[in-house]
Amino acid sequence: MNSVTEKETERAGYGLVEAQSYTFAEPPNEFRLASQETLGPITLVYETYGRMNSDGSNVILVEHALSGDAHVAGRHDPSDPKPGWWDMMVGPGKALDTDKYFVICANCIGGCSGSTGPASINPATGREYGLDFPVITIADMVEAERYLLDHLGIQQVLCVIGGSMGGMKALHWAVSYPDRVRLAVPIATTSRLSAQGIAFNEVGRQAIFADPAWNGGQYYGKENPSSGLAIARMIGHITYLSENTMHRKFGRKRVENGEDANGPDFEVESYLRYQGDKFVRRFDANSYLYITKAMDYFDMTQPSGSLTRELAGVKAKFLVISFSSDWLFPTYQSKEIVKALRQNGAHVTFAEIQTDYGHDAFLLESRQLSSLITNFLTYAVE
Amino acid sequence: MSESEATTAPLLAPDLGFIVDLVKPHSTVLDLGCGSGDLLKELQVRKKVFPQGVEISEECIQDCVSKGLPVYHGNLDEGLADFDDQVLDYVILTNVIQVLHQPDMLIREAARVGRQVILSFPNFAFICGRLQLGLKGRMPRTDRLPYEWYDSPNIHLTTIRDFDELCRSQGFRVMDRIFLRTSGGTCRRVRFMPNLLADQAIYVISRS
Repeated sequence: MNSVTEKETERAGYGLVEAQSYTFAEPPNEFRLASQETLGPITLVYETYGRMNSDGSNVILVEHALSGDAHVAGRHDPSDPKPGWWDMMVGPGKALDTDKYFVICANCIGGCSGSTGPASINPATGREYGLDFPVITIADMVEAERYLLDHLGIQQVLCVIGGSMGGMKALHWAVSYPDRVRLAVPIATTSRLSAQGIAFNEVGRQAIFADPAWNGGQYYGKENPSSGLAIARMIGHITYLSENTMHRKFGRKRVENGEDANGPDFEVESYLRYQGDKFVRRFDANSYLYITKAMDYFDMTQPSGSLTRELAGVKAKFLVISFSSDWLFPTYQSKEIVKALRQNGAHVTFAEIQTDYGHDAFLLESRQLSSLITNFLTYAVE
Repeated sequence: MSESEATTAPLLAPDLGFIVDLVKPHSTVLDLGCGSGDLLKELQVRKKVFPQGVEISEECIQDCVSKGLPVYHGNLDEGLADFDDQVLDYVILTNVIQVLHQPDMLIREAARVGRQVILSFPNFAFICGRLQLGLKGRMPRTDRLPYEWYDSPNIHLTTIRDFDELCRSQGFRVMDRIFLRTSGGTCRRVRFMPNLLADQAIYVISRS
């Protein structure tokens, strides 16, 4: 009887969830960024799932990737066509089991899903920040979340977990606040973005700059630089898939083109255009510029130049996961993190999951990924 | 332990109980080819060691995580390369060297990283195997070498005498040797003519 009920909740997923927000760093107590510039007030939009237990020992902080947001699981409205971006991982009976854990995810600063970013109003001018928004780093994103945890009365999280840029934040958390993180799970990530990663980000940015509608970043209230941002997203999607997946999914399949001479001929073109169009409806081009720059600048080997030295103070137990076909954040980059942790005598597990799905694999349903995380959360804390 | 004393270790392969006894409490242990982590778990529970494993099989990695063990998914040599000289108390290689392409190199690496290397291997000169080859003219198949010639993972089998020779030529210090005759889930120590009568050997060696 009980197991039937459980299964039904699993199918139902998390159900309805509401976004919340926290505003801090009101002038004159502005937030000091890594660049030494100040920013304030700052609003973080976040969502929570499950319940915090009495001693606060069941908190899991989920870190989203470049294009992610605070909406991890469930729906805001029963009519929402899709649940949150990690719904397969977060919910009752799932790897991040909301019957056991209290899961938090916040939209990063610089983002465009409610948290303060370039599309927010600059209190100094009464207009959108645009390019007046200060440069932000992964460290700043983590520091802003630290304010949120303080506000929520959370001294220590059980686990910080995230993929891609989310993995960068997870790693940074464990380094910046060793006493506040018990377990860290960086997935499909790196301690520093490779030249190739920076290169793809740069092409995306140049596509935005080249869109006349971008207008030096001042397009709010006017036409959005949709074509530039869509191209950036299309490039991104190519890097998220492996060649095998792309071949299997699309091959050389053609699409019915109808009347449109500029319409796509191949399914892969149609897919990329669809992804681009979908993205521009929910994402701000300037946020894309700022967040990709934050990723480019991320380099955990600094200031000393040695990752081993920079990770020396880490106290968390780590589960580092890579995917065999991920060529954007290849396995060797995860192994660099693992090596530095092992040299520091840390408790670290490294697993490379065999998959064809490329970088995107961290967002997809996977028994291996789920069971690694479930078991790590259950048994590594003992 | 007397020669006739049989040791049973229900969860572990016959020789692993002897290896657990060799390890000092609260030490650091790297188990290369740790499989599902049974030995490491036993060492963690009984000797309070800081365990680490290296394993190539994804399924075994899952098993190790389910035991709360830190484990590295990869080749044995890359699992070692991360470590500086003599930083670990023990590097353990149980029934692994015979499947390696270059066992001598890995043993050298293990001795570089670990202050002691504990390794075990099936003794190819065990009498049953000799008889099968010598009298029947067939490839040996024994409890410790259960494979057909064509599906055996073992590509570098050795004998106790050959291993002694390797230690001599490579300059390893042999700190301990335990010779075993296994049968089913039990095993007893062999002191008389071990190269003929033992089917399993455990060595503790170090860089001299």
